[in-house]
Amino acid sequence: MSDAAIRTADLGKRYGRITALAGLALEVPRGAVFGFLGPNGAGKTTAVKLLLGLSSPTSGEAWLLGAPVSDAAAHRAARGRVGYLPELFRYQGWLTAREVLALHCDLMGLARSLWQRESDRVLDVVSLTDRAGTRVSTFSKGMQQRLGLAAALLGSPDLVLLDEPTSALDPVGRHDVREIIRALRAQGTTVFLNSHLLSEVELVCDRVAIVDRGRVVASGTFDELLAGDTVRIRVTGLPDDGLARFGTQQQRDGEWLVIRGMDASGIPDLVVEAIRLGGRVHAVEPAHESLEDRFLSLLGKDP
Amino acid sequence: MAVITIARLAIREVVRRRLILALVALTLLAVALTSWGFSRIPTITQRGVPLPDVQVKLIASQLLILVMFMFSNVLALSAVFVASPSLSGDIESGIALALLARPISRRDYVLGKWAGLAALVVAYAAATIAIELAAVDLAVGYVPPRPLEFAAFILAEGLVLLSLAILLSTRVSGMVGGVVALVLFGMAWLGGIVGGIGAVFGNDVIENTGIATKLILPTDGLWRGAVYHLQPAAVLAAANAAGPAAAANPFFAAAPPAAAYLAWCALWVVAMLTLAVASFRAREI
Repeated sequence: MSDAAIRTADLGKRYGRITALAGLALEVPRGAVFGFLGPNGAGKTTAVKLLLGLSSPTSGEAWLLGAPVSDAAAHRAARGRVGYLPELFRYQGWLTAREVLALHCDLMGLARSLWQRESDRVLDVVSLTDRAGTRVSTFSKGMQQRLGLAAALLGSPDLVLLDEPTSALDPVGRHDVREIIRALRAQGTTVFLNSHLLSEVELVCDRVAIVDRGRVVASGTFDELLAGDTVRIRVTGLPDDGLARFGTQQQRDGEWLVIRGMDASGIPDLVVEAIRLGGRVHAVEPAHESLEDRFLSLLGKDP
Repeated sequence: MAVITIARLAIREVVRRRLILALVALTLLAVALTSWGFSRIPTITQRGVPLPDVQVKLIASQLLILVMFMFSNVLALSAVFVASPSLSGDIESGIALALLARPISRRDYVLGKWAGLAALVVAYAAATIAIELAAVDLAVGYVPPRPLEFAAFILAEGLVLLSLAILLSTRVSGMVGGVVALVLFGMAWLGGIVGGIGAVFGNDVIENTGIATKLILPTDGLWRGAVYHLQPAAVLAAANAAGPAAAANPFFAAAPPAAAYLAWCALWVVAMLTLAVASFRAREI
């Protein structure tokens, strides 16, 4: 079986006539910090729920640490090595933070002698040590999200799934989460980060998949995704595809031609070629494409 | 093991949310009021003469059936109220997300909830019955003929409703599940009376309707079993001598339920739990 931390093949989920996820094919290598990026309602949470067996797929298969979701016993065993912070994070208000963590230690089958030490460790990581004995019902949303993150880190899992982990956090909290993710990467833990926050993903992830309306529209490392610069050239009188050999992707925008994936050092050659073919060059604009520009262009929206 | 963890969690939730505290306080109040009532029975006089002891105990026995009917209803309502939102509430709030992502099966989650709440139902019912019977004994010196058998039937009635509410909780919200369970509970009680009326007038169709309701939801059948064990032998003999007319009385039972019926009740609970597990397995969290 695949050695990837997460693999999906043609994974799909339909709710009646609504397609939440269509033919998702993903491979997250072990040890990677993987960003799953997409606008609200793109199918990110659905994908995570399918991976964890909280929801069942209407097509395809998914493997969590090598265990297929269709094999209940193997998948359950694999979940013992997975930490999960849900997007809708709610913990038992009638328990204290420490009791919630003890419950999760118990459910994941951790030896009782380790509960106290593990709880102390993760409470320290998320800066909740001084609230350990407080009932969760008195926690702010941000504190509850920190507690959820702490629960996801219990027992040093092989894979941590974080669904919008900073949605309720202030800037300090967001910074803390980035540091936690970096520390996980240093330990070799695989992190699957669901987010619609481009900056968050850009700062911590080494691989990314962009999903829209239930489909992956692009994936790879940032270098692959943002291959080279973008050059905009306003040129008239040129045959179609005349400049096709430049860049990796081209797009017409009125008189403008947007060429992606070409190095800015190639601009003089581009202009010479345009004139040689009888074109009249009015303007040339080199631009470094940000993840946001790429994201918006992939979603079919003008940057 | 996960079953025990979830059962303990369910118990802790009910206790921490002060439901037990409220229920215990109200129950003790009810016991105090009813035992005061029982203690007044010997002060009743007829033409200036106190009632003979036999008559005092006869009145006490009939009053006790009514009091226990109230307690059995409180138990039924409480079982439904705690069980109806137990699974659906966890899903609606999102609490189930983090729990069910752990290496725990849906079956263990459902059975754990049931086991925890069942332990509470048993503990509450056993304690309430013991205190009330002791108070009545103290007030008028009356002890029903078979108190343990009576308690067992009341417990079984609570567990039957609990199982129904757990099944409903796998699919519908706590409010809907609670209303449905209580309406069915009321209809089963009515079905028992209707069946009794059928028996009185020898109408097979009406009698069979009553039997059918006893099979579909065995709460009234079990209540009749409880009542039977509360009745003094003299009451039973007098009522049976009067013919089948007493069958329609919901506070009377001429005979204990057959062993086959008890087996059916046990099977019914197992069926509810099996359905609940299957239903919860297919549920999207």
